[in-house]
Amino acid sequence: MAKTVFKHPESLKEAIYHYCPGCGHSIVHRLVAEVIDEMGIRGITIGVPPAGCAVLAYNYFDVDMIEAPHGRGPAMASAIKRCLPDRVVFSYQGDGDLAAIGIAESFHAANRGENITVIFINNAVYGMTGGQMAPTTMLNQRTTTSPTGRKKELDGYPVKVSEIFSQLRGTTYVERCSVSSPAGVNKTKKAIKKAFQCQVDGLGFSLVEVLSLCPTNWKMTTIDSCKWIDEVMSKEFPPGVFKDEIAEAKKSAEDAPC
Amino acid sequence: MLVKTIFSGFGGQGVLMMGISLANSAMNKGYHVTYLPAYGAEMRGGTANCTVAVSDEEIASPIASEPGCLVVMNSPSLLTFQNKVSEGGTIFINSSIIDMRPNRNDVKTICVPCTDMAQELGNTRVANIIMMGAFIRELNVVSPEIYLKSLESIMGSRKKALAEINRKAFAAGFDYIKD
Amino acid sequence: MSGNNVIGEAAIRAGCRFYAGYPITPQNELTEYMAEHMRTAEGGVFLQSESEIAAINMIAGASATGVRVMTSSSSPGISLKQEGISSMAACELPGIIVNIMRGGPGLGNIRPSQGDYFQATRGGGHGDYRTIVIAPDTCQELADLTMDAFDLADKYRTPVMILADGMMGQMMEPVIFKKPKPRQYPEKFMLRGAGTGKSKFIRGLLLDPIDSEAHNWKLARKYQVISENETLFEEHRVDDAELVIVAYGTAARIAKGAIKRLRSQGMNIGLFRPITLWPFPEAKLRTLSAKVKNFLVFEMSTGQMLEDVRLALQGYANIDFHGRPGGSVPTPSELANVVARIYNKKDL
Repeated sequence: MAKTVFKHPESLKEAIYHYCPGCGHSIVHRLVAEVIDEMGIRGITIGVPPAGCAVLAYNYFDVDMIEAPHGRGPAMASAIKRCLPDRVVFSYQGDGDLAAIGIAESFHAANRGENITVIFINNAVYGMTGGQMAPTTMLNQRTTTSPTGRKKELDGYPVKVSEIFSQLRGTTYVERCSVSSPAGVNKTKKAIKKAFQCQVDGLGFSLVEVLSLCPTNWKMTTIDSCKWIDEVMSKEFPPGVFKDEIAEAKKSAEDAPC
Repeated sequence: MLVKTIFSGFGGQGVLMMGISLANSAMNKGYHVTYLPAYGAEMRGGTANCTVAVSDEEIASPIASEPGCLVVMNSPSLLTFQNKVSEGGTIFINSSIIDMRPNRNDVKTICVPCTDMAQELGNTRVANIIMMGAFIRELNVVSPEIYLKSLESIMGSRKKALAEINRKAFAAGFDYIKD
Repeated sequence: MSGNNVIGEAAIRAGCRFYAGYPITPQNELTEYMAEHMRTAEGGVFLQSESEIAAINMIAGASATGVRVMTSSSSPGISLKQEGISSMAACELPGIIVNIMRGGPGLGNIRPSQGDYFQATRGGGHGDYRTIVIAPDTCQELADLTMDAFDLADKYRTPVMILADGMMGQMMEPVIFKKPKPRQYPEKFMLRGAGTGKSKFIRGLLLDPIDSEAHNWKLARKYQVISENETLFEEHRVDDAELVIVAYGTAARIAKGAIKRLRSQGMNIGLFRPITLWPFPEAKLRTLSAKVKNFLVFEMSTGQMLEDVRLALQGYANIDFHGRPGGSVPTPSELANVVARIYNKKDL
């Protein structure tokens, strides 16, 4: 008997992505869908896509989804989870959605320790609107709204989401990964799985930041984009686990009187 | 029958409680009633006032352009509201701390030294209830029994000692008018 | 009970089980009431949000799961909620938004006002939508209509606004709570995980203009049905009236006080009180103009409902206006003087 080694994830619809060639969203979508399949949680998962390139995520994910206004995903996800505590609720957000317009909603959902998972795509640029500066745009990086490069005097500094959120007592698990290499992709999937597991076990807020490529707006080839993540972006946004209190949370959950 | 009363004084004198207790007891007697507090940005200090309307028919406006009664617990309140009271109305004055008297001779003035009387009872905070005793005696909107029962239900039944001193305070005010 | 508390209690009795809000005067008592009572109601969730924007999106999320939801705020906070209200209208999510209006524009003040009429009745946020707007004028009506608002929101799958002001919120009156109707809301509209079935999604984004236009017309047809079936109003002493005041909420209470005075002076004045501001009881008002030819619109604003009255009555009757914006609350005697002046000038 032949063994199936590769198949289309069940939690992913058979739709063709609208994403640009080389875009990291497609990879992360697939990883999330694979994790949902492997954990057998398709029927109890509710996703909240953002405004931005991933706004059409509900065309791809074959799980229940509800669109949030720009930046408000974590507020909506918090409420859904509070009403349906036995469902798995995730919000999928870009750097504008999470770190600019929705920083308050994201920050406070994290600080409340909402038992949800946030998948955060950091590609250092606003993709959908055409390559404007994002809160995570690198210093000196050229975008359509920082045509001579991001200047700290004018535009401030790149916002380090994982570093900041890991400082909040409400968060349980925060990891930054990258999808710029096969090894990075594997690591990202592991992180996503860990984050969902953290939620399923009722251990609190989890966030996975994914350094993702945007060849179109970076005006680079896909291969150069991967290199840029590894050589430039990773210096400002070093991958790694910023917080993992899963074991502690588990212990305190076990110790807690029933 | 329609009686509109403005209660006014310093924050902390229990002015809103006077209004709430009147409103509740009138409600318990079956009257139509509205209670309208004036609210400010500050939580403490300043003056507080509220308007209570009691009627045997539906109350149109909870606002009193010309209240029939005015109860003032401090001087600024007298200055603010004395000219609003309707002709033939009644002004109750806390004469312990208000030296002035109304500038009008078309209203009835009732002076109750309620802060001093409260001091004699050993608790200045019941000055408002003493005034209510006088108010209820004069206006006869509700019986003392209904008033005291309503007051106790607002205050909560846990505070027995409080209920006791409130009863004494009410009786003192009530009898002050009788005498 | 104070108006704010009445709304909270009526909501919980009507089965509201999710409330999110952010403190703002003069509606804080409602948020506090929900904090105290929602968590003790079975399955109830209370969330103090980080902003009004978060609150409206929280109730949108909770509404999608099939729970009865409410948020409340006062004027500046309602401006912040507009994004979410538009989104709920687009996604056809039921929910109750309470606006205890204060003086504006900008931060204005915290006194009672009716300056948010346009914002409430014209949709308020972006896009082609309407919000049902209910304006009670007594605490009893606050209780009854808050309960009814939940039924309306479910029936039409649309946000419903309770529009009151600081005075309604702070005022206490005796209230009797009616028995709520059992809820009828089909499971097919609820987002609770796909189970073994087909996944659903709820969205307002329709990139294809053909889809988007169809969705807009669908909403428009719904609003048409609401307009035809859900207007509420009160006529007070209009039978022999020669002049009718048109006012809602607190202004209507003041008008009733003024009418009492004026009637005692032999002037035949009545009141037409729209209870739903959208849909506006336009047809009823026009019917009234068959026998009454003089109307005075009275609002605690510079004249907003005035435009709806003009749409209903222009060419049918004379329309005068008296307004007090910015948190000023006129007394019944002030209004009575205004009315008397008009009454005598017209030699009625």
